[in-house]
Amino acid sequence: MNDTNKNNTVLRFLTCGSVDDGKSTLIGRLLFDTKTILTDTLSQIEKSSKKRGMSAIDLSLITDGLQAEREQGITIDVAYRYFSTGTRKYIIADAPGHEQYTRNMVTAASTSQLAIILIDARKGILTQTKRHSYLTKLVGIKHIVIAVNKMDLIDYDESKYQSICDDYKIFASAIGLDQSGTNIQFIPMSALNGDMIVDRNNFINWYKGPTLLEVLESLDTREDIKESALRLPIQYVCRPRDSDNKELHDFRAFMGRIESGLLQINDKIKVLPSNQESTIKEIRIGDKILKKGIFEESVTVSLHDEIDVSRGDMLVHANDNLTATKGFTAKVCWLSETNLSPNRTYLVMHTSRTSKAKIASINSKVNINTLELEEAIDLKTNDIADVTFKLAQPLIVDKYADNRGTGAFIIIDESTFHTVGAGMIESID
Amino acid sequence: MKEKISHLDWLESEAIHIMREVAGQCANPVLLFSGGKDSLCLLRIAEKAFRPGRFPFPLMHIDTGHNYPEVINFRDKKANELGERLIVASLEDSMQKGTIVLKQKDEPRNKYQSITLLEAIEEYEFDCCIGGARRDEEKARAKERIMSFRDEFGQWDPKNQRPELWNLYNAKVHKGENIRAFPISNWTEMDVWQYIEREKLDLPSIYFAHKRDIVRRGGAIVPITNVTPAKPDEKVENLTVRFRTVGDITCTAPVASEADTVEKIIMETASTVITERGETRLDDQVSEASMEQRKKEGYF
Ligand SMILES: Nc1nc2c(ncn2[C@@H]2O[C@H](COP(=O)(O)OP(=O)(O)O)[C@@H](O)[C@H]2O)c(=O)[nH]1
Ligand SMILES: [Mg+2]
Repeated sequence: MNDTNKNNTVLRFLTCGSVDDGKSTLIGRLLFDTKTILTDTLSQIEKSSKKRGMSAIDLSLITDGLQAEREQGITIDVAYRYFSTGTRKYIIADAPGHEQYTRNMVTAASTSQLAIILIDARKGILTQTKRHSYLTKLVGIKHIVIAVNKMDLIDYDESKYQSICDDYKIFASAIGLDQSGTNIQFIPMSALNGDMIVDRNNFINWYKGPTLLEVLESLDTREDIKESALRLPIQYVCRPRDSDNKELHDFRAFMGRIESGLLQINDKIKVLPSNQESTIKEIRIGDKILKKGIFEESVTVSLHDEIDVSRGDMLVHANDNLTATKGFTAKVCWLSETNLSPNRTYLVMHTSRTSKAKIASINSKVNINTLELEEAIDLKTNDIADVTFKLAQPLIVDKYADNRGTGAFIIIDESTFHTVGAGMIESID
Repeated sequence: MKEKISHLDWLESEAIHIMREVAGQCANPVLLFSGGKDSLCLLRIAEKAFRPGRFPFPLMHIDTGHNYPEVINFRDKKANELGERLIVASLEDSMQKGTIVLKQKDEPRNKYQSITLLEAIEEYEFDCCIGGARRDEEKARAKERIMSFRDEFGQWDPKNQRPELWNLYNAKVHKGENIRAFPISNWTEMDVWQYIEREKLDLPSIYFAHKRDIVRRGGAIVPITNVTPAKPDEKVENLTVRFRTVGDITCTAPVASEADTVEKIIMETASTVITERGETRLDDQVSEASMEQRKKEGYF
């Protein structure tokens, strides 16, 4: 099914679950059944499987890529995989299930629109399941598939499957998943045998819902561009002054990716944080002149007035009441092995702007096992906490719940330049 | 009004965004340009990202000296058309300096490319190299970041990568350290061909079906050239072939194919059963982890 259809859209999703729930097998199965795995890869995997004394092909070897992992037989980092059907191009992020890898899951989830949470049908809902569901909600994923896997090991028992679903629904409403507009789909499956992934299975004919691939294929990923506010962070300013072409001497254009909303010719806009106003003269991508640009498009725009715009500024519609801020409170996932030092200065990278930042307070920490808030004085790897920041330069931010693109930021260590934290803005000062 | 852009538009937009981040964050970047199809896609993306301005980086070719002349001519013509500066860093120079010592005269030179690359990075003080690697090419690449950090020795440490979230790319480095930026990380071979078709990109002629003298060696088709002569007992055939990748002559093999247009190549790619690297890169088959090993040593 290696298609040639050019009008595909992209869907990004991740798989999560505890160790050995079958994530890698599930992905291997999806790639295998959609004919994405090519013969030389398969023969390599066959060789590896044999080397480890396995008789059948181990589909999980397709995704477990790095040398260290192959040796230890575990997934140690986020791996990206691709397949495509007549309808879509898929980008899969394989997130490992070990407790210490919460940060990898947050990383994988940050670019995903859908999460597949695996549950081992023999074990039902575990602490890990709850943790992954919480993280999915935290990172703002609106579509969840609860994949009740290894149904073959419980004889495809419908009542056991039902009771897992019921347990999950109770938990989902306890953490407010049902109120957050998240759509949850339950599917019984066997990743090993390929049941309900792409093909159906007679043992599960009591299940009338869609297969996993059907869910993926039919998901509506479009955005209501008129409903959402225009956000165009400027990445780069084009001033071809030194060009041989004299007409270009005064030409200035502003370049960036539309994070949300709709931009049209003649729209009245303003530049933040300076608040200067103008109207859109031209929108283009390369040579192509456009009447409009929509979210996720990287555009080049020019304005009717000569106003000052630089990297880090943001174009919004003139009637928008968004303003720049020098402080906010955010849910932070700490990614570094080195603890956060509350007295240090960090860099906050947000859209195309970076500011120095100080920690005003660590308000609370989420106990990832009970999902309750606890008092916090420090932040360690994989901690998730409520942190208030003070910024040296103003940033133009939205709440993460309103806009993933302008509500997210990363924290960078000023001396090592490592990415040490990820933040999602909850309230703005 | 609900909308979503097509997958090619999405991939292109992501790549443009990444290139502009390089331009915005890095002081002295360079784009690695081989004349191959992936780097030709990068050039089109750079045009869309920066025109009518000039590219905020020069182009650089790491020249092994083992090239098909069609590709080198094409490389020079392309740089000329674009009016952008082309730097050629050649392995021959490193050999003269004594930093590359070949074990055998005509051995494959791919593995030595990293030495010349690192020397060029040091000489020109580049803080970022934009490359056309894709995650679908190889297992180790599937886990590499879009902005991938390298230490002063050009080494990649897969266990100590910077986490990469949303579309926030941290390209900050200290002097001597380096970022490798891969704007088409998320593209597959099919995406590349579809993009070439849509953008009507010109390619070196060896990508299209042509007659060539070859021998068959251990399942692979080996082209006969001055650096890869036939062994005495081998039968030379004149076969219609095309290349799926272009690189060092000694380790790039063509495939038997009648596809002489982009459209036909897309049809062939859609029904192909062997991955690009498996079929045509003679150097990756050696060990299951060979690419990972070379990346750690500073290969692209
Ligand atoms: N019986 C059965 N075994 C499965 C199924 N899915 C996965 N497994 C097995 O469970 C083990 C762990 O699978 P893996 O995909 O590596 O799990 P991961 O740690 O979540 O990636 C492997 O031995 C798989 O073959 C299933 O549906 N049924
Ligand atoms: Mg796994």
